[in-house]
Amino acid sequence: MLEIITSPISFLILLSLFFVGAVVSLLLRKNDRTANIWSNFFAVIGSLGGLLFSVAIIISGNTLAFTAGRSSLPLLSFSFDIDLLSAFFIFIISLIALFCSIYAIGYVRHYYQKYNIGTLGFFYNFFILGIFLVLTASNGIFFLIGWEIMSVASFFMVIYDRDDQENVKAGFLYLVMTYIGTAFIVVAFLLLYKFTGSFDFATIKSSVILLPAGVKNIVFLAGLIGFGVKAGIIPLHIWLPAAHPAAPSHVSALMSGVMIKTGIFMMIRLFLDILQPIPIWWGIVVLIVGIFSCLLGVLYALTEHDIKRLLAYHSIENIGIILLGFGSALIFSSLDMPSLALLSLVAALFHTLNHAIFKSLLFFGAGSVINQMHTRNMEEYGGLIKYMPQTAFFFLIGSMAITALPPFNGFFSEWLTFQSLFQGIAMLDSSIRGLFILAVGALAFTGGLALACFVKAFGSIFLARPRSAEVVHAKESPRSMLIGMGALALLSFLFGIFSSQTTSLLEKIGRSFDVLQKIPKTILVSNNQGLMIKNSFASVSSLAFLLSLIGALIVVVIIINLIINRRQKIKIGATWDCGTDLSPRMEITSTGFARSIVVIFKGILKPSIQDTIDYSDSESRYLPRTRTVLLGVGDVYKSYFYQPISTMITGLSLRVKNIQSGNTNIYVLYILVALLVSLFSIL
Amino acid sequence: MTIIIWAIQIILTPLASPLCVGVINKIKARLQNRKGASIFQPYRDLWKLLHKDEIISRDASWIFRVAPFIVFSITLAIGASVPLFTSFLTNTLTGDMLLIVYALAIGTFFLALGGLDTGSAFGGFGSSREMTLSALAEGGFIFSLLTVALINGTTNIFAIANADIFLHGQYLFPILLAFGGFVVVLLAETSRFPYDNPATHLELTMIHEAMILEYSGKKLALMEWAAFNKLFIFLALGVNLFFPIGLAHTAGVITISTGIIIFMIKIILGALFIALLESSMAKFRFFRLPDLLLISFILNAIAIGLIR
Repeated sequence: MLEIITSPISFLILLSLFFVGAVVSLLLRKNDRTANIWSNFFAVIGSLGGLLFSVAIIISGNTLAFTAGRSSLPLLSFSFDIDLLSAFFIFIISLIALFCSIYAIGYVRHYYQKYNIGTLGFFYNFFILGIFLVLTASNGIFFLIGWEIMSVASFFMVIYDRDDQENVKAGFLYLVMTYIGTAFIVVAFLLLYKFTGSFDFATIKSSVILLPAGVKNIVFLAGLIGFGVKAGIIPLHIWLPAAHPAAPSHVSALMSGVMIKTGIFMMIRLFLDILQPIPIWWGIVVLIVGIFSCLLGVLYALTEHDIKRLLAYHSIENIGIILLGFGSALIFSSLDMPSLALLSLVAALFHTLNHAIFKSLLFFGAGSVINQMHTRNMEEYGGLIKYMPQTAFFFLIGSMAITALPPFNGFFSEWLTFQSLFQGIAMLDSSIRGLFILAVGALAFTGGLALACFVKAFGSIFLARPRSAEVVHAKESPRSMLIGMGALALLSFLFGIFSSQTTSLLEKIGRSFDVLQKIPKTILVSNNQGLMIKNSFASVSSLAFLLSLIGALIVVVIIINLIINRRQKIKIGATWDCGTDLSPRMEITSTGFARSIVVIFKGILKPSIQDTIDYSDSESRYLPRTRTVLLGVGDVYKSYFYQPISTMITGLSLRVKNIQSGNTNIYVLYILVALLVSLFSIL
Repeated sequence: MTIIIWAIQIILTPLASPLCVGVINKIKARLQNRKGASIFQPYRDLWKLLHKDEIISRDASWIFRVAPFIVFSITLAIGASVPLFTSFLTNTLTGDMLLIVYALAIGTFFLALGGLDTGSAFGGFGSSREMTLSALAEGGFIFSLLTVALINGTTNIFAIANADIFLHGQYLFPILLAFGGFVVVLLAETSRFPYDNPATHLELTMIHEAMILEYSGKKLALMEWAAFNKLFIFLALGVNLFFPIGLAHTAGVITISTGIIIFMIKIILGALFIALLESSMAKFRFFRLPDLLLISFILNAIAIGLIR
């Protein structure tokens, strides 16, 4: 049975399901309803197949490498290589795509009659297909084809809501950044081709010793930038907070939960597998990038009042956390400490999975709220918990998971990341040790700030009184959306409770790397009790914590409600208002909530205040008529990084323009010079 | 025997924490030349509140109603998971320092949500200030625990409390530094001077009291009691992880009872310290507090750098 599931044929059938889904939804585009249902039906079936396929591969350990068909081009071969790492990422994409497609059935309804649903289904299926190709291709050129399918399909979904000019602008920013990234990836692949003579990953890996050290370092930097753009590391992140809000919410969930992880996937593939052995400074660079991404990501998230931009910045933060784990894995592997490298890699992989789950859940919740409120501005929400109770509950679970509160899944991957950084402090010496101390500090502050940010988000979306009239008309989402959210919320919980079992599977995946194979015994004792790190340095059990908490809760509720205080009366009254009439304007806003943190970090965030007063009499200036205060946060990356680069390129282009005068005689001269130069160079 | 010890361990925190607050209030009153209420007054207050009727805002949702139960239960669960008077109990399931830190964060999370839920201006600002401080305190908190964890080679706090770190004299200085950092965090997390004034309802100064302003009756009792427990847990962490002296190392009626007595003396010394601090200094301006928390973080970073 397992052989059938893990055969090449079944994988190709799997891919063709998404292809069929794309074509079918394009054919059915005349009718919104059927197009929606059929496109998502094929995506659901395909995702289920992907789940089955990846789980079968991980459990059986049968990796799969095959070539499907011959291409007419000599360097391109449609070759697939599905090892345990690919299978793990296929598991993530299938899991998230499954619930995204279920959620989409209800969510896409509000686009009926407005945009063409068939094209959305077309790009949606192709997007998933592209990610599958990226994860499984073992030929550089074939990989780039998949990469382009993924990028272009997601671009079209970002600009799907094209009536809003902002979205189109965001789409183009995304496209430009994506191609900058792709350019760097192409450079990396071409350099590898020049020295190894092949685009095949397996061949490159076996002859990586031919690479001079300098070229290898350039490949590293190009790969870090190229895949870092997709992963959204700071300062290459600027497309992310623009593009994620623009896309439909289920697509945002896929982009944020899975697509940006393909950048992480390729980094792991390149740096920990293909290019091994690596110098230690690669890991140091990755760790530093992780420190900056996680701290700055959460700080920018705090300044946002656009719910989807807030979540997008949290994606940057979580990519940073993943890179903390991955960076320390690289450092440990180049210091020849494979068991610690494995521990860090498991932390990074576990956080990748967890982030995919809770971030999709949060984007679903945001999508449901936006669907009802027709705005992304959190200042116009408030009190939605009364109108959308289930959505609120699921969003609460997502918030608790992302802020790493036990017993949800986010805690356990952050715990592992913390522990691997602790091991770095305990085992390493001098300067690298200082870096690990900084990383622990960054992770600790990130956790605290994320908690503040999600108190702000949950509070201003769901709690207190409505801040706009729109809230009162909000209704609970359709069932398919609730199922999507509920399932992911349950998964957040289950991956927390069964974290030890999950990590033992992840350990198996980590061991499939050549550099990590020589580890004698298990590093994580993952019995039924809970997670434990070797030498009993640390251990934790989610189940025991949950049970003690539930036990305490039950005892408290029984004692307080049934024994001490049975005849208590509860009166419903008004909130204390100091004798005035309470209005929604007296509640704290999300901007106000985060303002003190923004002021504390004003050196980094550069907040701006614009104060305009309109006086009724401009002479006397005693009686102001209206007064506006505009609070903002400066975009330092645009003004100090991208703007100078753009000015430089424009200036350079203007210089180059001078040789293009439009005069034919001069062009003939150019041809002559070119001919002479080539003649002399041949001679 | 172990069951009895565990039972004492579980109920000690909620039973003794009001006493600790009563002692602090008594000492403060004495220093202000007042006679002061009895040290058992917090128990009477809780008892009184538990029997009162409640009034709940019509804007409040279920979050407001369940928050006190969650906040209080969390402190019970943590109180049972930290070393109090014994060190020979092994708790490899919930005795991890990061679990303690993040479980305390659950309490903060629901406390802040409860403050936001009624839509009052006080609650909102209280939550905002509380989250700001606790976000900044997190770094110092984890680092101070990490210092003792690295010295002992484990992040399990029972194992840390069991070790005799004073045998190695070279660690004395890092431990003192880390303890200094921990005290700063303790004051911030338990809403004490110079961060917050636990005795006032003045809108400019209050943080914790602002969040629980809308609570009444038994929910207020639970919130207050949870705050007592939190103070007690922090004091216990401080005295047992940084100065692990006098804990019962073996099971036995005499060792256990001396362990409890020594532990209570240590807690009361801690209470004395807080009372003296609160009587001798003024509350800081809000935007001065981040500097203080940053100092705690840096002290701890130095302490970690000094180990080995």
